[in-house]
Amino acid sequence: MDYRDSPEEAAFRARLRAWLAENAAQFRATGDEYWHQAGRWHVALYEAGFFGLSWPKKYGGHELPPVYDVILDEELALAGAPPRPSLGYLVHGLDRHGSEELALRFLPGMINGTERWCQGFSEPGAGSDLASLTTRAERDGDEYVIHGHKIWTSYSDVADWCLLLARTDPDAPRHRGISAFVVWMHQPGVEQRPLKMINGVSAEFGQVIFDGARVPATNMVGRPGDGWKLAMTVVGHEREPSTLGYAARYRKTVRALAAAVAERGAEPPDDLRWAAVQAEMLRLHVRRRLSEQLDGITHTSDGSLDKLLMTWVEQSVGHAALTVSGTRDPEMLATYLYSRAQSVMGGTSQIQKNIIAGRILGLPTA
Amino acid sequence: MDVRLTTEQRELRDAAARLADGLGPQSVLALVDDDRVARAEKAVAEAGWRTLRSDGASGVEVALVVEELARGLVDVPLAGPLLADDLYARLKAAGGGAGARGEAAEALTAAAAGAATLAVGGVAADAKGMRALLELAGTEVRAGLVGATAEGVDLTRLVAEPAGPLVPVGELGADDAARWRALALVVTTADMLGAARGALRLAVEYAKVRSQYGHPIGSYQAVAHPLAEGLALVEGSVSVLRHAAWAVDELDPAAAVHAALVAKVYTERAARTICETCIQVHGGIGNTWECLAHVFLRRVLTSAELFPARLEEIDCGLS
Ligand SMILES: Cc1cc2nc3c(=O)[nH]c(=O)nc-3n(C[C@H](O)[C@H](O)[C@H](O)COP(=O)(O)OP(=O)(O)OC[C@H]3O[C@@H](n4cnc5c(N)ncnc54)[C@H](O)[C@@H]3O)c2cc1C
Repeated sequence: MDYRDSPEEAAFRARLRAWLAENAAQFRATGDEYWHQAGRWHVALYEAGFFGLSWPKKYGGHELPPVYDVILDEELALAGAPPRPSLGYLVHGLDRHGSEELALRFLPGMINGTERWCQGFSEPGAGSDLASLTTRAERDGDEYVIHGHKIWTSYSDVADWCLLLARTDPDAPRHRGISAFVVWMHQPGVEQRPLKMINGVSAEFGQVIFDGARVPATNMVGRPGDGWKLAMTVVGHEREPSTLGYAARYRKTVRALAAAVAERGAEPPDDLRWAAVQAEMLRLHVRRRLSEQLDGITHTSDGSLDKLLMTWVEQSVGHAALTVSGTRDPEMLATYLYSRAQSVMGGTSQIQKNIIAGRILGLPTA
Repeated sequence: MDVRLTTEQRELRDAAARLADGLGPQSVLALVDDDRVARAEKAVAEAGWRTLRSDGASGVEVALVVEELARGLVDVPLAGPLLADDLYARLKAAGGGAGARGEAAEALTAAAAGAATLAVGGVAADAKGMRALLELAGTEVRAGLVGATAEGVDLTRLVAEPAGPLVPVGELGADDAARWRALALVVTTADMLGAARGALRLAVEYAKVRSQYGHPIGSYQAVAHPLAEGLALVEGSVSVLRHAAWAVDELDPAAAVHAALVAKVYTERAARTICETCIQVHGGIGNTWECLAHVFLRRVLTSAELFPARLEEIDCGLS
């Protein structure tokens, strides 16, 4: 066991730090502006050789050990840069459930940032209970025709492609009648309705109405009825801070708050100290999880534990922001308000606890 | 000892509750319904609640009205003008204001007519339609006219800058200033409590009608328990606030301030927790602008900050 960088890791860290010193300042790390620049940030990071670190070379990745993502997160936090683009869960979903052909067609563009993606799972009536989704895909020759209403679809306004769940067999048991598709967003029959978050940001998520949108049957991921399995892979990874890279964002905020307190010549309040401890826990937790991947361990329901830990960190940081800056600093107020969404997105905290209690602890249900 | 509300107090509370239920915004969209806002403005003005203090109302009565209007997110000025009215009455009683000229004199005339709101640190948090500003800095009363108004963090109130620098118009005695501070803490606490109750009701109603997995979400203990805790927090807050509201007029100034600090610290934590629960119970929709949950939260956050109470300030008899 060694928490220190190997010589190769240290060299990577040094190169990354130097690049960030040159390039990070032009990218804003919060607010609507952050979302608007997210695409440019992604491409810049990729082109400099710092994104897709652990993914296969055939998809444009670097095939480095997973721990390189920790180094990336740490250096991004230190530089006050935006977090790494969080799309690892989509990469995992396509890689694991799609054909080689489909993966080779879509993963390179996703990873290098030239094609933007969104995840069309949730619907107005199907949130926690995702399997109740009613969007339908009906076969018409070589194509499927989509009708339905998706909501909370992050980055839908800038997405070129949507990883969509739709019901292909209304008569099958509800988990088995769902299939997954890669749908082109720029076509008639796809309507975007933006949503504004409580922090005022309107570029985070939106509603997408599919009314006769078409998708080639070859864009189905896996086989008909495989959609639920893919969904479980995707949400499993969507719950892992090691996949998302949010740890960087939390540590950056803690550092900014500490600087604000120091500027006033004040003592850090307990809320801020606690947030710092929480953020450090997450950094170390991600180190442990990514190291475990060296053994080929992939976590499934453990993602729910990680998600809960990550949520507590984000919301502690949010409370620290409120304690230090109150409502006076719009950026910190937005950080606090955004932190409330962490216990909802990717499956609510209540659902994570149900999963932990039922599947990990084996507790009986009522 | 009998700390129940009197019949008159209950009637006043019910009247305020009716106004809030009838004229408060029932949705985020309704916030920009000018016709509704005009009717709410007329009703609050006619009820005379902005001058409750100079009309002889106790801290308890003031707190009841403020709480109910906040529960309904009533988006016309109340807390600001109420506190300015009390401050003006104290200024007059202390013989202040006599030598004021120009804008300060105009401001005092407006204050006498109930058209002044309160400034804190040179900014007014509750200024929609108000003409003048009064501020208490230490024991010095300052006055001025309202300048530019803007939307702030709280979507139910407008903030305003003074038109020019606020001008000293008189002094209060230390006791008087402390008692006024106790009232300000009580009024902002009542505002938070009202908003928290409104948020709790919104969440409880939603938990009854939103279904997932074939059952109303309120049937899941993970949803039901935080809501039940919310109600317990409301009850605790009512108890500390009622005492503080009574203390404003009945205890010596230091004790009144102490009671108010206890009430504010307790209620602030309770109210924030309840608003966060309200967002959580709503799931995705609770994190969108269109859901009233954040409007309640924003009101709580601004009222908490208006006269901040910090735990460290409270002497718990431990030292
Ligand atoms: C910022 C953000 C980004 C998102 N991005 C995406 C995206 O890109 N793509 C996508 O498909 N979705 C996305 N989502 C949607 C997210 O997955 C859902 O909001 C979430 O699963 C909850 O669903 P819901 O909003 O319908 O709430 P509901 O399921 O209606 O839940 C309401 C409340 O009931 C509780 N509840 C429900 N069922 C139970 C139960 N059985 N036991 C206990 N409590 C229960 C919940 O915990 C919650 O508190 C995003 C959400 C947010 C907030």
